[in-house]
Amino acid sequence: MITKSENAPGTASEMPDYNFAYLDEQTKRMIRRAILKGLAVPGYQVPFASREMPMPYGWGTGGVQVSASVLTPEDVLKVIDQGADDTTNAVSIRKFFERTAGVETTEQTDQAGVIQTRHRIPEEQLREDQILVYQVPIPEPLRFLEPRETETRKMHALEEYGLMHVKLYEDISHNGAISTSYAYPVKVEGRYVMDPSPIPKFDNPKLEMAAIQLFGAGREQRIYALPPYTQVVSLDFEDYPFEATKADHACDLCACETSYLDEVIVDDAGGRMYVCSDTDFCRSRRAAGHVGTLGTPFEGDAA
Amino acid sequence: MSAMIDIQSVSKQFVLHNQGAAVIPVMEGADLRVAPGECVALVGASGAGKSTLMRMIYGNYLVNAGSIVVGDVDVAQAEPREILALRREVLGYVSQFLRVVPRVPTIDVVAEPLRNVGIDADAARGRARDLLGRLNIPERLWALSPTTFSGGEQQRVNIARGFAHEFPAMLLDEPTASLDAKNREVVLGLIEDAKARGAAIIGIFHDEAARARVCDREVDVTGFTPGLAA
Amino acid sequence: MTPLLKVNELSKFYGNRIGCENVSFDLYPGEVMGIVGESGSGKSTLLNCLAGHLEPDTGEVLFQTRADGMRDTVTMSEPERRMLGRTDWAFVHQHARDGLRMGVSAGGNVGERLMAVGARNYGDIRSKAIDWLDRVEIAEDRVDDRPSAFSGGMQQRLQIARNLVTGPRLVFMDEPTGGLDVSVQARLLDLLRGLVREMGLSAIIVTHDLAVVRLLADRLMVMKSGQVVESGLTDQVLDDPQHGYTQLLVSSVLQV
Repeated sequence: MITKSENAPGTASEMPDYNFAYLDEQTKRMIRRAILKGLAVPGYQVPFASREMPMPYGWGTGGVQVSASVLTPEDVLKVIDQGADDTTNAVSIRKFFERTAGVETTEQTDQAGVIQTRHRIPEEQLREDQILVYQVPIPEPLRFLEPRETETRKMHALEEYGLMHVKLYEDISHNGAISTSYAYPVKVEGRYVMDPSPIPKFDNPKLEMAAIQLFGAGREQRIYALPPYTQVVSLDFEDYPFEATKADHACDLCACETSYLDEVIVDDAGGRMYVCSDTDFCRSRRAAGHVGTLGTPFEGDAA
Repeated sequence: MSAMIDIQSVSKQFVLHNQGAAVIPVMEGADLRVAPGECVALVGASGAGKSTLMRMIYGNYLVNAGSIVVGDVDVAQAEPREILALRREVLGYVSQFLRVVPRVPTIDVVAEPLRNVGIDADAARGRARDLLGRLNIPERLWALSPTTFSGGEQQRVNIARGFAHEFPAMLLDEPTASLDAKNREVVLGLIEDAKARGAAIIGIFHDEAARARVCDREVDVTGFTPGLAA
Repeated sequence: MTPLLKVNELSKFYGNRIGCENVSFDLYPGEVMGIVGESGSGKSTLLNCLAGHLEPDTGEVLFQTRADGMRDTVTMSEPERRMLGRTDWAFVHQHARDGLRMGVSAGGNVGERLMAVGARNYGDIRSKAIDWLDRVEIAEDRVDDRPSAFSGGMQQRLQIARNLVTGPRLVFMDEPTGGLDVSVQARLLDLLRGLVREMGLSAIIVTHDLAVVRLLADRLMVMKSGQVVESGLTDQVLDDPQHGYTQLLVSSVLQV
């Protein structure tokens, strides 16, 4: 369902003080230049002059700045947080754009032109006319092994990525397997090693997609990008290959066996249920008639 | 037959910079030729320069004038790596004392010169065992470092090492010192074997009997002392 | 035989002060060169200029690369120099902390250089790491421990393993036994001696300890106030020192 913003241009409560999507046009130009650079060099972290936003660092300022720079008045925006449209952060950011950009918003993945996400990729396959904007906390995949920014920049410039495999080696030697389960590093077009943001490694294969993917880190002041159909390979060893794993369970609401699941504790006796993390995906499956072991037949959303 | 060791007009002096730049001339106009298969003894009073001359031949002391040709290398002029190669393959030196490297077992100490010329570990150790056996070093000591051996045992290990590789030229500084009659006999036998295979040997022997047995002639280094021109 | 390293007229100044001046020498494959001098002699400056850690003011450092013949490493591009530093060259620091990743396991430390040049099989990397740890006398069951859990001598041996795993041809060492107990030093020196001979390494070792050079070095350079005052075969320089400073140095060593 598409919601028309109550602050759309032309309505009585329109706020004339905000430029479209909050940022001034010069800032948007600067960010767009960074985005173009990022698209031209897939996986390369482009520094940009991150602005003070009306939410603190750590709350998605990078993603918001990128979305603000690519939104047009005709766009339809979807915002998700860990796959859900109805969590506090997703609701907040959606409302922010409804007020400052007056754009239409939606919860349906296939209706959106711009999707801003925190820590998940939607289950539904995205199209060439869509843009996926990721919120990124720490853009530098090597940061935890090499704290010096001067060194990590050199390593990217000179393609010195031995250290990345050291991290995976350490995982295997301590845990018997590569235990990194989110923010799993990838190699882009055979050149740059990139942190795909804290998406579960289950989502890594989806990084090769038809949509444009933009990554914004507001506190760290970096933007990077993946153009459509870019080659993205998750790092691994020959004898410990990458596996996109998820909980060995089906969704209790819609019975889907292939989607990424949230584990929800339902009582104080250890009872739990597994639900699709992507709420819109789960809803659309239930609307199509699929019912899981704990689900009820779909009744449509209350208005 | 051309000389294996050819020393001509060698002079040496020490300059002690920290003692008022005192100049101490120790050798002048030394001449000596040793043919393959010959053993020449250096004689002269203590301090006359026997060890000094030997060290100059080995490249351990620098030469102020003259030439020292061993094989086809003039030690007095050669580059460090040429001297290193010479010491590895051509010129052996058995000093009076064994300089011990801690932790290396005796058998490997003796095998080392062979390893240095590319002989594999097993073959090198085999030869080391032969020599150690001949020199009456008990087998139970072969796996130990010579650090704790007696003076005589250390000297015999030293000699074993010196004779491991068949050097065409050899310098022996008191090889029979601190040895009993039995082992002295072994060492003299080793020297005779070396001569027989064509090695040119220069030796310092305080023991007159030993000297008489293996040396073909004597050279008195007193004749090379500066200020005592004949 | 061509030299592995040719150094011509190398100088480094700190403003008006001389770090090192007009140093020239050749190093051949399999040779170990010791550089001795007291504090302030310029030996560490020289080593760092040779190893590419400092940029010299004048001079060339020509290295016989595997693919391109003699190349001047001073004017080489940084990527090439860094690549050299990971493959053909090695640097053993005085403090193991400067040469190791303290937050990475011993196996990871040794394996890093392998992974940096493309090794992608975990099993292989691990077994090579264990093999090397064994060669530097670190027990296999320590392979997953961090260097912060190792003694000083063990850290130093780990540093050596980490450096030698890619079979470099030239090793730079800065006071490799500095700060270690005497018995630990002896063990380390013996290990180094063995590895240098076994692997046919060339090495340049900076130290103030004459016993270390006597044991490890074929050739010796003595430095004072930024100048090389004497050079030659190690045993010759120590037994028949020509320069006044060398004579002082040699006579100052206490006999045990």
